[in-house]
Amino acid sequence: MTLPVFEPWNDPEAKPLIEFQNVTKRFGDFTAIDDLTIGIYEREFFALLGPSGCGKTTLMRMLAGFETPTEGKIFLSGQDIAPVPPNKRAVNMMFQSYALFPHLSIWDNIAFGLKREGQSKAEIETRVSDMLRLTRLEKFARRKPHQISGGQRQRVALARSLAKAPKLLLLDEPLGALDKKLRQDTQFELMDIQEKTGTTFVIVTHDQEEAMTVASRVAVMDNGKIIQVATPADIYEAPNSTYVADFIGDVNLIEGTVKPTGDATYALHWREGAEPLTVKTATGFSDGQTAHLAIRPEKVTISAERPDGADNAVEGKVLDIAYLGNISTYHVELPSGVVIKAQTANTRRISRRAFTWEDTVWLSWTATAGVLLAD
Amino acid sequence: MRRFALISIPYLWLLALFLVPFAIVLKISLSDVALARPPYMPQFDWATGLWAFLSELDFENFVWLTQDDLYWKAYLSSLQIAFFSTLLTLLAGYPIAYGMARAPEEWRATLMMLVILPFWTSFLIRVYAWMGILSNEGFLNQALLWLGVINEPLTILNTNTAVYIGVVYTYLPFMILPIYAALERMDDSLIEAAEDLGCSRLSAFWLVTVPLSKSGIVAGCFLVFIPTLGEFVIPSLLGGSDTLMIGKVLWEEFFSNRDWPVASAVAVVLLLLLIVPIVLFQRNQQKQQEAEQ
Repeated sequence: MTLPVFEPWNDPEAKPLIEFQNVTKRFGDFTAIDDLTIGIYEREFFALLGPSGCGKTTLMRMLAGFETPTEGKIFLSGQDIAPVPPNKRAVNMMFQSYALFPHLSIWDNIAFGLKREGQSKAEIETRVSDMLRLTRLEKFARRKPHQISGGQRQRVALARSLAKAPKLLLLDEPLGALDKKLRQDTQFELMDIQEKTGTTFVIVTHDQEEAMTVASRVAVMDNGKIIQVATPADIYEAPNSTYVADFIGDVNLIEGTVKPTGDATYALHWREGAEPLTVKTATGFSDGQTAHLAIRPEKVTISAERPDGADNAVEGKVLDIAYLGNISTYHVELPSGVVIKAQTANTRRISRRAFTWEDTVWLSWTATAGVLLAD
Repeated sequence: MRRFALISIPYLWLLALFLVPFAIVLKISLSDVALARPPYMPQFDWATGLWAFLSELDFENFVWLTQDDLYWKAYLSSLQIAFFSTLLTLLAGYPIAYGMARAPEEWRATLMMLVILPFWTSFLIRVYAWMGILSNEGFLNQALLWLGVINEPLTILNTNTAVYIGVVYTYLPFMILPIYAALERMDDSLIEAAEDLGCSRLSAFWLVTVPLSKSGIVAGCFLVFIPTLGEFVIPSLLGGSDTLMIGKVLWEEFFSNRDWPVASAVAVVLLLLLIVPIVLFQRNQQKQQEAEQ
């Protein structure tokens, strides 16, 4: 049995739940969002990723209704939401600070939105206990927010924002206040809940690992623009720019000029006197164009001898070793002064490590291992 | 030992400046009026001893307070004036505190300064200034006449209205500051969360802002109510002959009638009346501190 792949963004028939059309938002002279167009589909877990000040929070606040676009339109299920105030939108938000009402119990916090809708007592009871069960908070229903831990508070905030069964849930750095271990557990919990409820989630985060873990698609933002929207794998393996390649994970960027040498094969001349690097790519480059080769450290193999038949091999000296337990990153300095990072899994114990500082080593990678990016 | 010494300082302070004076007042309230200096009997005499001295004390003055209806009317009227003044002060103070808390960060210190500024002038002078404003030929009447709003000058001075104006004016900062402190601490995202969950601006205010500023409201109300109940200066300067307040009665008993024992009895009852709101106030403060931990 094959599961249908969830990728509505590749289906020309699918209509996005949310559509930004040429949206611009300015605060005085500052442009927070710059002519942005994007579609987010139903049941998606969509991550907005970027450094602080890139406009991702502004984008989310426009969806919630706390900001209105200066130009352009935002559609939710085909309806322009600009004139709809926040309290009338089928959108709920989980705040970075959680914004739990300190004077209300956990139960009342979760019931808050339902009571505003004027639901009957019995309906509210069932819905709140469903939410408490979903977030495993049954035991804490009668407590006040200051009487529970940070992780529990985070779950209350999630339960409260899900209680009204919104079409769209916005999560503003939802895991920022949790420590790393709890954060990882909660990421999986979030994905689980998203799948169970079938709600569309839009998450804002500056943590690329978090975005990669939870999201079906990631939008990398910078200076109010979306640089790339793609699945986590595509963002990582096929970044469309040096900015994205550099922002997501670790990368070696080698600058040079391109010379076509055959069918989709190019030689990258990157240092006077050094052997040109061989790159295979489907993207077309013209002769003499400058470009960057982006190659992930884990795709670079480190060996003591020059490997036979490698597409690319360079010799250098081990400058630094970053030991992370499961993996080690070797910083290798080439004679030209360029430092290239290579990563290997530590399958053997540290005392039996093959390379140490000042060792002369060979780095090699295949022609398809890296991505050639035009400037 | 050192801890004991530290704790003993406030207790000694209370003993010397509160308990001892109170004991003296209590003793006077149990004495009889006399044409003497000081104007009451008995005085403690080493020759006759403590027992003879104590046996002359009685509760006659307290019984007297229940017999003459002036006193309980004055207590009731004071309670009424204090209650409505507190309400008016709250109505005037809350919007000001709210505005201050919502003002841009750089403005808040200035606004706070403006609220505190009147304290730099003597309280008595400020109340006298109100006499100049409220009297028949005062600034207010002149301005209203000039604007053509009224044809006859309004009689405000020497009425209860003037007392209310004076009390609200005087105690407004005591209402504003605790409410402002409560509102300023509040996280703005709580209001956004309430709106996000379906509240209108107004219902978010009633369901979130007001409950979260409750401790400030309660503190402010007690800070206004307690001193207003025994207020003497404002009713005697701005109030009329029919303004009945216990502070004024007390003053008259002491200085006009020179009946120190009855005046002391009035003071003791006033203190007992005040203990209820003071205890409630303390409990509110304590609860708030616990909530903050």
